[in-house]
Amino acid sequence: MTAQINRDTTQRVWPLVGGIEPKENKSLSNQLSIGQLALPPQLVLPLSQHIGVAAESLVTVGDYVLKGQIVARSSGKISACLHAPTSGHIIAVEPRPIPHASGLSNPAIVLQPDGLQQWRERDPWADWRQRDKQHLLARLSESGIVGLGGAGFPTACKLSLDANSIHTLIINGTECEPYITADDCLMRERAQRIFQGIDIIAHLLQVDQVLIGIEDNKPEAIAAMRACLPSHPAVPTVIKHFPTKYPSGGEKQLIWILTGQEVPSGRLPADLGMVCLNVGTAAAVADCILRDQPLISRVTTLTGLGVPQPRNYELLIGTPIDWLLSQIGVAQPPERIIMGGPMMGEPLANASSPIVKTCNCLLLPTSKELPLPPAPSACIRCGFCDDVCPASLLPQQLYFHARSRNLEGLAQQHLFDCIECGACAYVCPSSLPLVQYYRYGKGEIRQEQQQQSKSEKAKVRFEHRQARLAQEEAEKEAKRQARAQAAANAQAAKQANGGSSPLDDLIKAAQQASATATQAPPSVAQLQTLVDQARTKLNSANDRLVNAEQDMPDNVAAFRTARDKFAEKLAKAEADLAKAQQETNG
Amino acid sequence: MTLITLSSPHHRQSQGVNRVMLQVLLALAPGIVALCVFFSPIYLVQLALAMGTALLIESALVWARGRSATFYLRDLSALVTAVLLVLSLPPLVPWWITVLATGCALLLGKHLYGGLGYNPFNPAMVAFALMIVSFPVPMTTLWLAPNSGLVFMDALAIVLGQAELADSISSATPLDYYKSQISLMTASEIYQSPLFNGIWPAGWLWVSLGYLLGGAWLMWRKVFSWHAPLGLLLALTVLSLVFSLDPDQRTPLQLHLFAGAGVLGAFFIVTDPVSGATSRLGKFLFGLGVGVLAYCIRTWGSYPDAIAFAVLLMNFAAPFIDHYSKPRTYGHQARHRGYK
Repeated sequence: MTAQINRDTTQRVWPLVGGIEPKENKSLSNQLSIGQLALPPQLVLPLSQHIGVAAESLVTVGDYVLKGQIVARSSGKISACLHAPTSGHIIAVEPRPIPHASGLSNPAIVLQPDGLQQWRERDPWADWRQRDKQHLLARLSESGIVGLGGAGFPTACKLSLDANSIHTLIINGTECEPYITADDCLMRERAQRIFQGIDIIAHLLQVDQVLIGIEDNKPEAIAAMRACLPSHPAVPTVIKHFPTKYPSGGEKQLIWILTGQEVPSGRLPADLGMVCLNVGTAAAVADCILRDQPLISRVTTLTGLGVPQPRNYELLIGTPIDWLLSQIGVAQPPERIIMGGPMMGEPLANASSPIVKTCNCLLLPTSKELPLPPAPSACIRCGFCDDVCPASLLPQQLYFHARSRNLEGLAQQHLFDCIECGACAYVCPSSLPLVQYYRYGKGEIRQEQQQQSKSEKAKVRFEHRQARLAQEEAEKEAKRQARAQAAANAQAAKQANGGSSPLDDLIKAAQQASATATQAPPSVAQLQTLVDQARTKLNSANDRLVNAEQDMPDNVAAFRTARDKFAEKLAKAEADLAKAQQETNG
Repeated sequence: MTLITLSSPHHRQSQGVNRVMLQVLLALAPGIVALCVFFSPIYLVQLALAMGTALLIESALVWARGRSATFYLRDLSALVTAVLLVLSLPPLVPWWITVLATGCALLLGKHLYGGLGYNPFNPAMVAFALMIVSFPVPMTTLWLAPNSGLVFMDALAIVLGQAELADSISSATPLDYYKSQISLMTASEIYQSPLFNGIWPAGWLWVSLGYLLGGAWLMWRKVFSWHAPLGLLLALTVLSLVFSLDPDQRTPLQLHLFAGAGVLGAFFIVTDPVSGATSRLGKFLFGLGVGVLAYCIRTWGSYPDAIAFAVLLMNFAAPFIDHYSKPRTYGHQARHRGYK
């Protein structure tokens, strides 16, 4: 793709379509600096903390690992490595509860810290600009860095895109979800490191411009970032701020706000020549290259009125949530724990699950703060949801289709362009769980598609088999005829020689007599059945040929041969029948 | 330890359906006050009658369908239907028409289809159309002239069937009067009637302005958007300017807008979300269609006011409009139209 650059040095932003303005509640947690906690007694590292294939464990029970040592290797193209957040012994490699609403357990490595914080050998690259790009990429793909905004897409995959096709790097400091302030505090306190990361990423992708987007409810973060913005950056860099409106921080929405371009449906930002990364991810990239520190910790907001002192903490990956809550003074077991924000966060089924790489917030709301929804009533098609949908979908139409499991209607209404931001459900006066209906619809469609492709494959296999059998049959028939021909020829030659002995004649006469005795000529009715059978076979062969012409142009020839054979058989059977009829009539 | 797990979002605005309906009821208040001041406080009796009936019938129907009456009554939609119905009926119709109409609205207009949210037609308009077809005489002659001087007790007696309406007080609506007289008189002669105040419909102008005020408030509260009301008013205006420019020929613009159910329809009838079109463009087209049909029926049809029939006809068209008025989805080149 040819990169179309329209370098943007202005502060111009494009207004978000739709969107809502829920109460932000950010001042709860952004008053204090990023805190640290003691070393947890145990660290649980699920092998799958990212989008893509789970990592493969490299350790066994009893192994001693150093801080930053790789404990699970990425497997497959889209995957991420996993590192020991501190030094200690591996005490288990077994299924443990993962932070998910299902409460399911997934394979995890369990590490018991020894308290020594013993680092593996480190090799900080202050001179990274002199390094080969391949080396930088290799280190990054070993670093275990995934998108820290919440999606968890392995970052190395984005950074190894063809540099010629990427022209714009978008850094997402929007943090539009209420309550969460992890990125806010990170920008306030570690703007320098974010810019170091941006430098490295811009160098790797050879971009022409960097656009940084921050919502205007974070004036301190904007000021801190501005203060760190180099006066002569290697790549033109613009910090844009825009009105606070949820969900401005969605990747597609942010690209629209900053550039006025839309990511085509079903495509990626890279198709527009853009790469979008979170500020936390940029800081992690800097840590990886400049300090040789893989992703072993992250900034997480612990907030909600259920938390005595809401604050951001730098937490080791794998910190068990129940231990964490006891450390910050949550005495009573909470009734709800939401991983992420109140709009898109995942409700946890199990408080013993660990902090993972994508965990930007733990929200412990009281039931007064975020009341449980009342019983849903019927949709009155008020259209409030239409007005707030950032993708300009018609949420209530999607709802009706999902409710009646009309998958075609869902596709027609572009269900897969829904980003599940929840704005529709937020405004719904009937308090319908709209997003849940969309997830259901998406699941049903995916399942349908899988089944369809399965049965499609089975059909093709079946047809190939039929064609193969028909061909084998035809070949056998040809051989049989050839043999009969040869035998007849031999017979003829023998007779022509006239050398037949009286004994031979006698035997032949006897054979003929027995043949006529045992094998009476087939009746007309029998012949009729044969004709019918042959006709049915020909018809189905014809059908297969037509199908093949449409679906499998490569195999048309085989089907045609088979069809011709059946046609021949039918003609022969019909001739026999006509002859027999004549004989009976005559 | 079991934690509560609910599908996101966990945060919801606390505006329920009943809040929406309550705001609609409040927004109707200025128009109702104007009706009581300029015509007769008998409107309050009719409102009480219809609302009481609505609550009873709604409870009975919900109960008969095996659902919780308290849950369904809470949404207040039955009351909105009852009030809109009374505001469409002549003020002096006998009590049993009001009761019957309310029953028809809820049973035939709503619960037969599955209750609130599933009715393809506007329940109040269904009942109004049924009444005007079934009882054309009381439905067209029991209107009051503004400031008619009819005492409240006399009006009450008429509604309860204890007295007859004197011919001198009985009146048609200004729209009806203008339409029937314009072939006999000039416009300036018609305007001499006590039904008019200059070129404006006496009393009705204030009622319409009351509805306008309430409607504007609802738009400001974002209960509905401007699309459907604008569509209706725009259609009435443009068609009046094209076909009714000469007031000696046909009913002029200001009467189309302010003399009948024009403003009530624009802000309270075509904005009914359940039976209308969905998207903003769809809502505009829906309102436009109602306006065009209403003008045509008023001008060339036999009914003096035609909002009800126009709305019902457009209710039929709403699903079709929905298929052709979807907004363009993010990331798509063009808007998707049609059924495929």
